Amino acid sequence: MHTSSDLVLVLAVFGACLVEMVEALTLVVAAGVSRGWRSALEGAAAALAVLAVLVVAVGVPLIRYMPIDALRVVVGALLLVLGLNWLRKAILRSSGHKALHDEDAIYAETVAELNEDSDAGSSRPSKGRDPVGFAVAFKGVFLEGTEVVLIVISLGAAQHRLGLAALAAVVALVLVGIVGIVVTRQLSEVPENTIKTVVGIMLSSFGVFWVGEGAGIHWPGSDLAIPVLVGFWIVVYFAYTALLRTQLPAPAETVTEEATTP
Amino acid sequence: MTTSLARAARWLGRFLWDFLVGDTPELALATGALVAIAFILAGSEWLGAVLLPLLAAGFLLASTWRGRKRAPSGSTRP
Repeated sequence: MHTSSDLVLVLAVFGACLVEMVEALTLVVAAGVSRGWRSALEGAAAALAVLAVLVVAVGVPLIRYMPIDALRVVVGALLLVLGLNWLRKAILRSSGHKALHDEDAIYAETVAELNEDSDAGSSRPSKGRDPVGFAVAFKGVFLEGTEVVLIVISLGAAQHRLGLAALAAVVALVLVGIVGIVVTRQLSEVPENTIKTVVGIMLSSFGVFWVGEGAGIHWPGSDLAIPVLVGFWIVVYFAYTALLRTQLPAPAETVTEEATTP
Repeated sequence: MTTSLARAARWLGRFLWDFLVGDTPELALATGALVAIAFILAGSEWLGAVLLPLLAAGFLLASTWRGRKRAPSGSTRP
């Protein structure tokens, strides 16, 4: 396998994990601040353990027992669905047709909801685990992490580089965790939408490549077609964004996204 | 036990549906079409390598165009 496709794999997994874990961190910090840190951290750790088991339990048998061409078509299709969705959102956001993802708003909303729960009688226990804080942190990390797991398994299995893909995800996870602990707050300054755009471009590139490769299309230059596809999707992204900007109703409305979207 | 398993299976099914199809079923359908087209073009080199990304980009344009029409309708959750 060429270094270029390994590099794109690492960047795609690292970027996807970075974005999703920043979103998860927002919910963990909200749970920690509102309901206590012990439960929030335990919830996050439990979700990470489940996700790690999923990677091993699903990824390893896929690599060992599924024929490589069938595997590439399946994971290519999966990456294409995810990548096209991420690119679609990125284009709509950067052209002004969709609200930017706002971690500050999501954080404030989650804290307010958790505080409302406290007021409504679901009070925080003075000792031991707080089930609400545990559940919010677990759900946040598990749901955001599932997308990362799918990307790690897909990219890792298709290229037989599951270890490398998992390592890239772990490095991003540790990085977000350390920064989150140091600043003890959600990371709203991370250029999340830009990273999502980059990851969307990479997932779409890998998706098209593996679907074609698995189905029997011979890519000119073999794996070197991947960087070419990345360039193609970059052009598509900028062209579509420019096109959709011309379609904005005047005056453009600025809206704030209220809910977490994957 | 059986009820719990059925509930878990339903939850997983709903989760995967929302995750992969969600509010953009056209992209899921487009991916299926691209897989079928890839098999039709199997064995080709330049034709498949050129046509497959172009078709994917075409499907993406159609989907974003559809999103553009719905987005500015006053909703705060486009």
